[in-house]
Amino acid sequence: MGRKLLLQHINEPGIHTFDVYRQKGGYRAVEKALKTMSTDEVVEEVKKSGLRGRGGAGFPTGMKWSFLAKPEGVARYLVCNGDESEPGTFKDRFLMTHIPHALIEGMIVSSYALGASVSYIYVRGEMMPQIRILERAIQEAKAAGFLGTNILGTGYNLELYVQPGGGAYICGEETALLESLEGKRGNPRIKPPFPAIAGLYGCPTVVNNVETIASVVPIINDGGDEYAKIGIERSTGTKLISASGNINKPGVYEIELGVPVEEFIYSDEYCGGIANGKTLKALVAGGSSVPILPNNLICKTISGNPRLMTYESLADGGFATGSMMGSGGFIVFDEDQCIVRNTWNFTRFYHHESCGQCSPCREGTGWMEKVLHKIEHGQGTVEDIDLLWDIQRKIEGNTICPLGDAAAWPVAAAIRHFRDEFEWHVLNPKESQSRNYGLAHYADPITAVTQ
Amino acid sequence: MAEEVVNFKVTIDGIPVEVAPGTSILNAARQIGGDIVPPAMCYYSKLEGSGGKCRTCLVKVSKGSEKDPRPMPKLVASCRTTVMDGMEVQNITSPEVVEARKGVVEMLLINHPLDCPVCDQAGECKLQDLGYEHGSEGTRYEFERRTFERIDIGDKIQLHMNRCILCYRCVYVANQLTNSREHGILNRGDHSEISTYIHKALDNDFIGNVIDVCPVGALTDKTFRFKSRVWFTKPINAHRECTCCSGKVTLWYKGEEVLRVTGRKDEFGEVEDFICNTCRFDTKKTADWILEAPALLDEDSVIMVNQYAQFNPPTVIKEDDKLQLANEEQLARTERLK
Repeated sequence: MGRKLLLQHINEPGIHTFDVYRQKGGYRAVEKALKTMSTDEVVEEVKKSGLRGRGGAGFPTGMKWSFLAKPEGVARYLVCNGDESEPGTFKDRFLMTHIPHALIEGMIVSSYALGASVSYIYVRGEMMPQIRILERAIQEAKAAGFLGTNILGTGYNLELYVQPGGGAYICGEETALLESLEGKRGNPRIKPPFPAIAGLYGCPTVVNNVETIASVVPIINDGGDEYAKIGIERSTGTKLISASGNINKPGVYEIELGVPVEEFIYSDEYCGGIANGKTLKALVAGGSSVPILPNNLICKTISGNPRLMTYESLADGGFATGSMMGSGGFIVFDEDQCIVRNTWNFTRFYHHESCGQCSPCREGTGWMEKVLHKIEHGQGTVEDIDLLWDIQRKIEGNTICPLGDAAAWPVAAAIRHFRDEFEWHVLNPKESQSRNYGLAHYADPITAVTQ
Repeated sequence: MAEEVVNFKVTIDGIPVEVAPGTSILNAARQIGGDIVPPAMCYYSKLEGSGGKCRTCLVKVSKGSEKDPRPMPKLVASCRTTVMDGMEVQNITSPEVVEARKGVVEMLLINHPLDCPVCDQAGECKLQDLGYEHGSEGTRYEFERRTFERIDIGDKIQLHMNRCILCYRCVYVANQLTNSREHGILNRGDHSEISTYIHKALDNDFIGNVIDVCPVGALTDKTFRFKSRVWFTKPINAHRECTCCSGKVTLWYKGEEVLRVTGRKDEFGEVEDFICNTCRFDTKKTADWILEAPALLDEDSVIMVNQYAQFNPPTVIKEDDKLQLANEEQLARTERLK
């Protein structure tokens, strides 16, 4: 049984209220940080912990914080990115719904570390209940003296605001989020300058994911070194995984990084195996934008080592045979699922969510969707598959923000690993409308390649 | 004496140039000029914040700087990337860039109606030039193109959204030259469109400039609509006393008649001064203007085909005395226009 840091008290009745949360040891981190530590010491602890951003990119949080420009007389901001909209990811919503004070506590400590006196939690507009929960939690914390002026008599002031977004995927991109927070159209900005230099209202800003900020709490409570002991190498600590798809026990799991993927899927402690006694066909390991993997690359890497739930191990083999940790949206597909249909569905999402600012993404996502729709509905040709490959290649890396890449990667990976399923669709147009390609050879073991 | 600015040395496609720190790669390339200048559909030097969107100006940075020689991992938008000392940039010499640009051109054209035969912009359209120079023949797109209704924004300007490539230039013009924000982008992705606040007519002294900055035929001058193909008109620079703008314009003549008035454009298609609506729409008689000289356009432009300034008798005439004598009148006219 792995250690739980974020969800330790999740089953406690009333943990969403201030009183119960405080009883269970909540807000200790605020007391410790504000009363006994300097701001630099807090940043140092986070650096020592090796915590990496939980929103998708996996950038070391301590390093991101130390990049923050600190010019005299200019306000600094901490913005929490609660715009969670990646298909397959629902961990932040879970956290905000059931244990909102963990986020508030993390926000106070992190804002203190960064020297921000106004901080924002930007939450996707569809999550209205969560916005209300957070606002109530802020009221409670304020009444208890953990927010507002002169917190705990330390002289530190902090105001926390919750800002609902309009419900756009693109506003999860940090600069688009800042634009939206400023009241403008949520278009990503062109970088440089990075938000650490000129972010919200032109001031230095740090944007962190909900889970990242909540993770600061156990780091301060137990110390960065203690946190770094969990996990493997550069993947430290615990991570929330949103498990979904054809598994027996879908849900949000807190895992210690380093759990083998095989254990995560089949162990009763986690997903509990594939539902209805079916066989695993494919896995999207970190939310819809990361490359999809076929059965024979899921539990073992191409070099024959067991694949672990760490940033490095999931990415082992690069895009050729690996995937990414992403935001932890763990989508499992059984043998009855059609990869072409799934890829089309993902592309439909990216087509709908592209902001339309730069041409390759604006036009390319729609084009890919149309081609995939055609293939899925039995009207495709073999040339269409090559065309699809070419379109994704021309989007990837040529756009302002990572949405273009996010749209291109799942298509690329699906063609790379499941090309014969695409070809089967094209060559058997009638049959493909009435049955699925099935598991085919995707579970056949592949010989390990050692370097 | 002010502190001397140390210029940065940059190499673009092997050609070295020294530019001031803070210059973008695109502007450094423009200082060199010629074929190595990346095309720019959305960047407009006079509009703050423009650029970075169309991705046609992508270049490869093969050496970051003298201090940090690592190449940049991705192609970068040259209009929004500033130079570093010792930077080496590849534009047309990089197959990767040429390939990516071809891809961008194809993407820009998949939803474009390609209605050039009935488009007023034909002949001075940046997308036509771009497609001709950097695109591939034929398209692989076989689906229905996205369409919009034409709308009038004000009585002088028509918006033809089908042709728009969403460069955002007109949005910047409306934001930066006018006081109120009534003009922007609606919706997202490939269904986004330029629009005004609930079909409000744009009524502003300088709003006509959106026509000049539009690289394609999405925003056209209704007073010029279907009057003539641009290559049958002759541009003459002229000026007048104007109370609200510089009054420096280009008049487009067909015979005796001024068919339209635009701002004066430089070799990169950018206007020198934004002009007011009175100069653009309401003063269309030769008597309103003090004429200067024929406007110089890009030599390759189709408009230059019947330009006065371009009239150069074939060299064979100059070399042959008999021919010279026979064409005396024509030669004299050339000299006068030089």
